Amino acid sequence: MRLADYVVDTYRAIYDWWVGMGLDPLFLEIIKYLAQSVWILALVVIIVLFLVWWERKIGGHFQSRMGPMRTGGWHGWSQTIADALKILQKEDIVPAKADRWVFNLAPLLIFVPVLLTLIVIPMGDGILVKDLNVGILYVFAVGGITVISILMAGWGSNNKYSLLGALRTVSQMVSYELPLILSIIGVVMVAGTMSMGGIVSAQRNLWFIVIQPLGFIVYIIAATAEANRTPFDLPEAEQEIVAGFNVEYSGMKFAMFFLAEFANAFIVSAIAVTLFLGGWQGPLFPSWVWFPLKTFAVVFLLMWFRWTFPRFRVDQLMDLGWKVLLPLAFLNILVTGLFMLYL
Amino acid sequence: MFSDYAVVGITIIVSLGFVAVAIVSAWLVRPKRPSKLKQSTYECGEKPVGSGWVQYNVRFYLFALAFVVFDVEIIFLFAWAVVFKDLGIFGLIEMAVFIFILLFGLIWAWRKGALKWV
Repeated sequence: MRLADYVVDTYRAIYDWWVGMGLDPLFLEIIKYLAQSVWILALVVIIVLFLVWWERKIGGHFQSRMGPMRTGGWHGWSQTIADALKILQKEDIVPAKADRWVFNLAPLLIFVPVLLTLIVIPMGDGILVKDLNVGILYVFAVGGITVISILMAGWGSNNKYSLLGALRTVSQMVSYELPLILSIIGVVMVAGTMSMGGIVSAQRNLWFIVIQPLGFIVYIIAATAEANRTPFDLPEAEQEIVAGFNVEYSGMKFAMFFLAEFANAFIVSAIAVTLFLGGWQGPLFPSWVWFPLKTFAVVFLLMWFRWTFPRFRVDQLMDLGWKVLLPLAFLNILVTGLFMLYL
Repeated sequence: MFSDYAVVGITIIVSLGFVAVAIVSAWLVRPKRPSKLKQSTYECGEKPVGSGWVQYNVRFYLFALAFVVFDVEIIFLFAWAVVFKDLGIFGLIEMAVFIFILLFGLIWAWRKGALKWV
């Protein structure tokens, strides 16, 4: 029996009881959706707490250090929990010259696309909040909100570094959004559907990375830029513009940007797994083991990039996006089309 | 009974609620001692020079224009990709012509030096 079936059975039992009590099923539906989004929220927080610790450990070992070792005992496992508690007690400094409304709304807005994206990603056989029929288009549509939020943060801070960081984000988005979305058109062509669940089940026999290798490479490069990770972390670029768009943020508001950044790294990996690596499917183990296994493998790849490659320059980045990745993505669509017709 | 997108609306509320709760709970426990120096704009320890809202040369203006053109095209591409199997060779050629016209514009802009970082 699938894990999801237990949940479905439990919901059915609660539904029968609810209707038996003579209550309106509409409210139960609302409660169900609320519970589902809270579950996704809890998942995001736990994953990010783990990812921050993991990144520090990996970064440490890449540089022949140990990374965090003390907090909590075993390899400093509770380091990020301690950090989160610490940041909760930090003073919240709003610069006197800042545009207060924009400055305060930006951290509120950055977290919305994170949860919105995760509700359509199938994390296991039937473990999915809502399989929207426009799935993948919806993911990139709401993902675009992140850029607006970063631009708001950069502009609202009234700080030169922040403004530079924010404008770099926009220039990055302008050059990377196109190859990112075009690279998955091939997947949609082969699967014949945009729904995430449909794309996963279309990979029952063959993972799309086998027939879409070019698309996968373009996607991974563009996704690294989308998640603002090194070598494309120009909006932050600690060594040049301090921390870019979040220079002026402190305390819990800074934590929100941090949370969203790591959550985005997880999300782009989860999308890569769903579109190219067969989603939750795999032999022997249950689906809810395969999905995290594959996703964390892709996250590890992103971390590997981060601790290996030096940062790009802005003009190099735009050249790569427009003059290399964009033609490659179009080529991928053309090749996919020809293969589908003649093979 | 519910639209597919009701869950999207509820998720927006939950995520906004989470951030609000996080910031408010921090507000309850954190110290509040603002000072003039603390609230000044950060410029690596120096006294800030002028406003942060400086005139900035948006070098990627032409890129942004090309981006809008291609972004709109992508929406069309998605619809085309879903039904590609039914369209067959006819669909491929038609889309190839469409993309080529746009790519031709891009190549022209490239040759004119619009894609150069000046």
